[in-house]
Amino acid sequence: MAFWRVPLDTQEIQVTLGTVCIIDDRCKGCGYCIEFCPKDILQFSEKFNRKGYHPPIVTKEGECVNCHYCEIICPEFAIFSVESEPAETK
Amino acid sequence: MTTNPKKLAKPPEHPLDDLIRTERIPHIWCPGCGIGTVFSSCLSAIKATELPYNQFTMVSGIGCSARGAGYIKLDSFHTTHGRAIPFASGIKMARPDLKVIVFSGDGDLFAIGGNHFIHAARRNMDMTVICVNNLTYGMTGGQVAATTPNMAKSTTTPLGNPDSPFNLPLLAYAAGASYVARWTILQTRDLTTAINEAINHKGFSFIEVLSPCPINYGRRNKEKPIDTMKLYQDHTIIKHGANPAEADIDFGKGVVIGKFIHIDKSTCDDRYTEMHRPCIDD
Ligand SMILES: Cc1ncc(C[n+]2csc(CCOP(=O)(O)OP(=O)(O)O)c2C)c(N)n1
Ligand code: SF4
Ligand code: SF4
Ligand code: SF4
Ligand SMILES: [Mg+2]
Repeated sequence: MAFWRVPLDTQEIQVTLGTVCIIDDRCKGCGYCIEFCPKDILQFSEKFNRKGYHPPIVTKEGECVNCHYCEIICPEFAIFSVESEPAETK
Repeated sequence: MTTNPKKLAKPPEHPLDDLIRTERIPHIWCPGCGIGTVFSSCLSAIKATELPYNQFTMVSGIGCSARGAGYIKLDSFHTTHGRAIPFASGIKMARPDLKVIVFSGDGDLFAIGGNHFIHAARRNMDMTVICVNNLTYGMTGGQVAATTPNMAKSTTTPLGNPDSPFNLPLLAYAAGASYVARWTILQTRDLTTAINEAINHKGFSFIEVLSPCPINYGRRNKEKPIDTMKLYQDHTIIKHGANPAEADIDFGKGVVIGKFIHIDKSTCDDRYTEMHRPCIDD
């Protein structure tokens, strides 16, 4: 993240990282998760799911902040995030 | 031994899967339809109460929104058109201990079922009514509804709706509802908090949720699903405690959203118990 002035405690603040799970065959390709992810890390994939939609993929692995917004906006129960294991982070 | 190459690995479990009839998923709602988001928010709110699931029941009428009752893994009832509220009132009077949630559409609750709504609100019947307001009759192809904005196009008003829509929060408040809120599917966290609060509130709670129907409303009014979401983002004003009389839906002027009313007053089942079940503790 870019700061105009770096906060004094940036070194101490732990940003939670998440892992995104996508259940491809439930997705109907509405694009809401892609449009509203605050980190802008989701994109339509090239592949088709069983119903012929393009489910999202994560473009920047490791940048998800586990905010769950994709999970709560998705009308299809097709995407959710879980907190990454500390070993996986960075 | 051969393995079937087509057999996919078990997909990961969604955190709400325990409350969904997963064998019926994917649901019938169209791509970009907001009903799924309202439904998901409602399930999260139920979860957040931490009450046992057998303390809840969901009742729906008829319409796309009303399919909710068919997807929740609880005791639920898909009733006839417009009759979700009287059905739910019956459940509440027989089993006052249950949390009764009505999940239905604007046409179901305010056109054919409008009278049931005002009388349940007047009696402060202890239930949570969630109205998915997509400004139209989605299921039957997009006819003009009691909630369709003035000049909006529908199959039955191809030149634009000449009439004014209901202001649902004002209607609910005037009729006697003791909790009234309005959100859109975009403010999902606020919506979940509101539904949670409404479930915990003793009395008639009403939550209107603005939700896109891209297929039967959006298409005729030149709104792609993302455009509708942008309207929700840029043309809504969060104003808690706002006077419901100022909550008309006019995206040109900005639509007021938030929690409008949250008051305590005696409920129908309380008064009934007091008058007619004096020996309930025996
Ligand atoms: C007695 C009766 N009249 C009419 C209908 C046809 N009908 C089915 S759904 C519906 C309207 C639903 O609108 P709404 O409640 O807004 O639900 P939506 O599909 O928009 O979610 C109508 C008129 C019916 N099923 N039963
Ligand atoms: S959890 Fe938040 S940051 Fe991570 S992908 Fe979903 S919306 Fe983006
Ligand atoms: S919000 Fe859900 S249905 Fe829509 S594109 Fe994302 S995963 Fe697919
Ligand atoms: S017709 Fe409209 S309300 Fe019904 S499922 Fe499709 S988008 Fe949703
Ligand atoms: Mg409707």
